[in-house]
Parts: sequence; C-alpha cells; structure tokens
Amino acid sequence: MAEPRAYGLLAEFDTPEALLDAARRAREDGYRDLDAFTPFPVHGLAEVLDIRDTRVLWLGLAGGVFGFALALLMQVGANWSYPLDVGGRPVYALSAFAVIAFELTVLFAALFPAIGMLALNGLPRLNYPVFAASHFHLASRDRFFLCVRAGDARFDPEQTAQYLGRIGARTVELVPA
Amino acid sequence: MTMSEAPILPRDQSLGDVTDQLARIPLHFPTRRRWLIALSLSMLLLTLFAVSVVVLFTRGVGIWGLNIPVNWAFAIHNYVWWLGIGHAGTLISALLLLMGREWRNSLNRFAETMTLFAVVCAGIYPVLHLGRPWYLYWMFPYPATMGVWPQFRSPLEWDIWAVLTYLTVSVVFWYVGLIPDLGAARDRARRRGWQVFFGVLSLGWRGSAVHWLRWQQAYRLLAALAVPLVVSVHSEVSLLFAAGTIPGWHSMIFPAYFVLGAAFSGFAVVAMIAIVIRSLFALKNLVTDDHLDILGKVLLATGLMTAYGYVFEIFDAFYSGEAHEIQTVHDRIAGAYAWTYWGAIVFNFVFLQLLWWRCARRSPLVLFLVSTSVAIGMWLERYMILVTSLYRDFLVSSWGSYTPTFWDWSIYIGTFGLFMVPFLLIIRLFPVIAISETKEVLHEEQAEASHG
Repeated sequence: MAEPRAYGLLAEFDTPEALLDAARRAREDGYRDLDAFTPFPVHGLAEVLDIRDTRVLWLGLAGGVFGFALALLMQVGANWSYPLDVGGRPVYALSAFAVIAFELTVLFAALFPAIGMLALNGLPRLNYPVFAASHFHLASRDRFFLCVRAGDARFDPEQTAQYLGRIGARTVELVPA
Repeated sequence: MTMSEAPILPRDQSLGDVTDQLARIPLHFPTRRRWLIALSLSMLLLTLFAVSVVVLFTRGVGIWGLNIPVNWAFAIHNYVWWLGIGHAGTLISALLLLMGREWRNSLNRFAETMTLFAVVCAGIYPVLHLGRPWYLYWMFPYPATMGVWPQFRSPLEWDIWAVLTYLTVSVVFWYVGLIPDLGAARDRARRRGWQVFFGVLSLGWRGSAVHWLRWQQAYRLLAALAVPLVVSVHSEVSLLFAAGTIPGWHSMIFPAYFVLGAAFSGFAVVAMIAIVIRSLFALKNLVTDDHLDILGKVLLATGLMTAYGYVFEIFDAFYSGEAHEIQTVHDRIAGAYAWTYWGAIVFNFVFLQLLWWRCARRSPLVLFLVSTSVAIGMWLERYMILVTSLYRDFLVSSWGSYTPTFWDWSIYIGTFGLFMVPFLLIIRLFPVIAISETKEVLHEEQAEASHG
C-alpha cells in the first residue's frame, strides 16, 4: 500500500441547522457512510443520519434485573446459610430485603449503561483519525462537522469534496486514515 | 419547549465565547490568591479533622459526649445533615433534566460536585461512630470462618448499601456528564500538561453523532435512576429512626419528612455555592439573577413543605394519643432542648418568609443569608430530632442528658475541611459549569428568538 488511505472527508459548518440541512441532502444524494461531530447533541441529527441504537437502554434493563436478582439471592442465601431467628420474625422477610434489592437494582441499572455507553462508543481511545484535521478542535467549541467516510460507495476524494462545498461547507478537509 | 418562557441566559453571547469563558477557568485560573486562601483555611480544617479522628481512633468514642440513653448524638445527627445537603445536587441535576427545566444547566455541575463530597462527609460519620471502625468489613457479606452473615433485616445494614450505591451512582452521573466538557477543555488547552490531563480524562471524546446519541441515552437513564435513588436513600435513613419504637421517631411521616427536609437544606447550600462561584469567577452571564430567583422560589417551596411536616408531626403525636409520644412533643417544645426546636423554627421558617419578595430572591446577599439560616436551621432540626427523642424515653430511670464535647465539635467543624478541600480542587481542575449543556440551552434560545 504505497498510497495512504483516507479516513474520509470532513466538512465544517457554522450552525447546527446548516449541518442538518447538509446531512439531509447528502443522505438524499445517496451517501450512507456518514458521521457528524458536534459540540453538543443536535436535536434531530440521529434521525437524519439514520442512526438507531437502543442497546444502551437495554443494558440498563439488564443491569436492573441483574442487580435485583443478585440482591435477592444474596439476602435469601445468607439467611438460608445461617438462619437468624430474631423473636420469631420471618427468616425470609421480603419486605425487609426490599431496600437492598432496590439499591442494587439502581446500582447495576446505572453501571451497565454507563460502562456500556463507553464500550459501544469504543472509548477510552487515545487517538482517532479526525483529531488530525486542522479545524477539528472547533468541534468542541462552535463548529459542526459532517464526515463522509472513505468506506462510502460514492466516496471520491475530489468529487465528494466539491459536492460538500456545494452543499454549504465553509471548509472541507481530507482526513488521512 | 412547549411553554413560552423568558430566556434564562442572555442571548447576545456566542457559543464560542461561552466555551472559552468556561474552559478558561481551569486553564487560566482567574482568582489564584483567593482560591489559595480558601484552600489554606480548608486545609487547616481538614487537619483538625485528621487530628480529631486519630484521637478518636486512639481513645474511642468515649471522648464524645454521647452516652446511654443519648447514644447516637452528633455522629448520626451530622450524618443525616450532610447526606440531606447532598441530595439537592442530585435533584437539581437529575429531576430538572428529566423535566426539561433548562435553568438547571448552569447549576448542575457544581451542585453534583457538592453532592459527591457531602456524601463523603456523611458516609464517614457512621464509620467513625462504629467504635471499632477497622471492623467495617463486617457489614459486607463475606465467607467468615464462623459462618455468619450480616443481618440483612436491619436498617443499619441497609444503610451501608444505600449510601455506597448513592455515592457510586453520583460519581458515575457526574463523570458521564463531565466527559464532553473534558474534551472541550482538552481542545482549548495549550500547555502540554493540561492537554495530557484532559486528554486522558476525556477518554478520547470526539462528539460523534452516534456517541452523543448513546451518551444522551445513558445520561437520561442515569438521571431517571438518580431521582428515585435520592428518595430511597433518605427514606432509608429515616427508617434508621422510624423502624425503632422510640417516641418521636416511630412515625409514618418520617420518610417524606426527611426527604423534603433534605432537599430544603440542600437547595440552601446550592444557592450559597452558586452565589459564591458566580461572583468569584465572574459568571453572572451564565448564573443569572433569574437563576437566583428560581432557587429562591424552590427554597421557599421546599421550606413550606418541611414546615408542613413540623405541623403534622405534632398532630400525629396527639392523634396517636400515646402518652410517651405526647410527652416527647412537650419535651421538644418546652424541655431542656427547647432551644433546638425553636431555633429550628426560627432559622428554617421565619427568615425564609423574605423569599416571598422578588427583590429578596434576586439579591445575592439576602438569598445567601437566608440560605445560611436554613443550613443552620436544618442542623438544629436534626439535633432536635436526635436528642429530644433519646434523652427521655419510656422509663424515668433511663433518662439522661447530652452535651457535645470539644471532640464532637472538632470533628464536625473538621468535616467542613473534608468537604471544602476536594471541592476547591475540583473547581480548580475541572469546568465548574457544564459547557456542552449550557451551549445547548443557549443555542435553543437563540434559535427560538430568530424564528420569532
């Protein structure tokens, strides 16, 4: 591989509205392997880019079920292993186990999606191709970037760059892989 | 937004300027001298705390004023007080996020930070109170050689699970919210040390659309979990009291009464911190007078709900017709510790009435003083609930009295150091106001304005 492969083209926009508009047009014109980089979550962007992922929420449910089961097993198991008879009160007192069951449900329902969110996002990660782009530090300030990745069927370093300029990008930069 | 509201942030500021202003605070710290003075004083308090704890561990809890019958005293009193303060941070951050109250975006970061260290101060108290704190691990289920397990049917055992869960979830919520801002600070940093520091902590955040999608799902889910968690934790704390048969504690209203009181004292401390931070870092464009106005209203509302709890507590005692309950009411109103009861009433509810006036809510000085008074009032309330119930219970032969000793006070005052030192370090090192969330609100407001 003599020629360095490109990661994609990064187009810079001034406002979230301009980004949304460009992303919509790029989708309509057949581009599929798109991503965007924004300083804050832009409402409606996921729909335009057709990103659907509810795994984080399912992880929350899984964590809750896991925590609840763990808490009940732990408390029932401890009382089964060493029954403490306090004034004849029930050994398996579910109402008394409810507090810890609730706490562990919440604990794991919080930990699973938090860790899962990072894992699905591929974070932590020390470097990523887009960081090499000259304006990319503005993606956490007040600029909104649309990225056409090199994997897209319609990707062509020059024609796609011109296309992005036509749909309103203020700068377009080729990001090396 | 469905409701048309006045903008909470001045619209004539740009997204870029807000980013620079907020990221500058750790990178080019503005008030070095005042911060150093505050840190030195806090370090002194922390030293006092450390010395007191060493003395406590060497000589035992006998150096405190607690006794039989007043065997909980300062340790549990301050535990409840600190934990209650912590709860407001979570409520502001999580409850108001779910309800779409955008004004919370200027306050959530330092409110959550306050929560973290208030919970640390609270959590340390039961450990100190153990007498033999090196046996703390007995609270956890581990395969002991004698085959015994913790008593899971006791509120005292529930406590450690509740507090540790609360601390963990608070840290996770705080950090997940912070990650995008760490990325923003990383991109603003010019010095190598800061770049590495924020670069590592931001975990390589790049603001990708799919990342934001998952981040929002996780963040809102954490918020949705944090709200019932707060209610459960402070309800559980109230069960430490209510599950026993001591008159003045054995009451159905305790969970609600405790949770509301907790929110009340916490909002007071959030208001105090907001006022100090916005003047220290010149952030009046982001923490506006409107924010103080809303905090004042919330303080007034939670205060009145707490006052309702006071009324109902007395009604409850008389309605029960139980002689010991009624005697405890008498002890509270006219007993040896009546000053705590009336002190709580005055500091909690009398000065609070100033907040009916808009000009008082919008005056940082008045709001700060009222908030201080509420923090003191709630401290007196916790003292009152603990001591007036314990010093005279069922049998005259077991009546006693309680006076805090030097070491009670030194540890309590020392916990301010335990709170302030890490809090000051955090506001020195991290963006003190949420950058991405502030920009989100600002952009929405500007878009609304431009669309008419």
